[in-house]
Amino acid sequence: MNDSLKKKRPLSPHLQVYKIQITSLLSILHRCTGMVLCGGAILCSVWFITLAQGSQAYGVMQTFLLHPVGLIILLGLSFSFFYHLCNGLRHLLWDAGIGYEMTEVRKTGWAVVIFSFVLTGCAWILAIMYGKLLS
Amino acid sequence: MVQLRLPVNSRLKTGQNFPAPSQGPRMKLFHVYRYNPDSGENPRLDTFELNLDECGPMVLDALIKIKDEIDPTLTFRRSCREGICGSCAMNIEGTNTLACIKPIEECSGAVKITPLPHLYVVKDLVADLSFAYAQYQSIEPWIQSATNPPPDRERLQSHEEREKLDGLWECILCFCCTTSCPSYWWSGDKYLGPATLLQSYRWIADSRDDATGKRLDELEDPFKLYRCHTIMNCTNTCPKGLNPAKAIGEIKKKMVERVG
Repeated sequence: MNDSLKKKRPLSPHLQVYKIQITSLLSILHRCTGMVLCGGAILCSVWFITLAQGSQAYGVMQTFLLHPVGLIILLGLSFSFFYHLCNGLRHLLWDAGIGYEMTEVRKTGWAVVIFSFVLTGCAWILAIMYGKLLS
Repeated sequence: MVQLRLPVNSRLKTGQNFPAPSQGPRMKLFHVYRYNPDSGENPRLDTFELNLDECGPMVLDALIKIKDEIDPTLTFRRSCREGICGSCAMNIEGTNTLACIKPIEECSGAVKITPLPHLYVVKDLVADLSFAYAQYQSIEPWIQSATNPPPDRERLQSHEEREKLDGLWECILCFCCTTSCPSYWWSGDKYLGPATLLQSYRWIADSRDDATGKRLDELEDPFKLYRCHTIMNCTNTCPKGLNPAKAIGEIKKKMVERVG
């Protein structure tokens, strides 16, 4: 490598040519949803702070969260939560030495994707039903 | 460090077009990565057209035909032409494999051929693997035993002990897996990568080797082993059908087991 650095050899293409596949796509999605959840934790704290500050601050927060932009953020957060949870379980299995064959990797990968959507859907249906019950 | 874009000197320029020497019903385009260290110019993607009726079935056959009949300066490594030497490892159609056992028929449309990813390019499809080899050397890939072998015969293993090495000894060190790993792209200076870790496990799993503790100590490090995030690109790309990700998982398990 020293030789290569001295001679200023070009770096071969990597992301530019490497085919996106279920393996790498789900992996980067796990990291992205993890980062989104960090933001979500901050949002959640802000929500609790406004709750502690009284009805006026809480009302402003509620208006923001129920605004279409707020709802999209909440939708993204809930999907991130369920995806990170399901894929986290997959990682737990791997750490136990289970599920390394490519057929299993593909199956569990698709299962994670499907379950994240289903769980997100269920959570929203429950939330909407509960909201209607209260109003 | 994660650097998504290629450095300025590495970005691809459009290359030359080489028409086919002969025409036929089965024509195929090959886009091949070219870099000439003597010109000082950026790498480029040349396009060659071949008549598949006059060409062997594998991608390596096409490269050899291009070198023989169209452009003798095309540079690539090859030796055994049957998937056992690991020399012709390269990126074909977006995944790493051995050109000699990759049928042209499996490639839909034009065939794009680039060197193994995220390595320094010596010339055309020849990448500099010296650092990866040094990493392989660092795991001391030879038997380390506390005892001398019996004077009159080799060290014996039971069938069960020998079976543990299946799926490990077959590795030909082509580094297709290592250079398919995004984690190795970003931290390859410290992370050992799948090929070297599979080799490390090959010795850890060997009943005749007594240095397991020392080998695990060497890997107990934030980078060498634990930069593996089970992305699984390695297993997905191995041209020999081996499972480096599983071998790495076994090492991680051994790390936990010995702590108890």
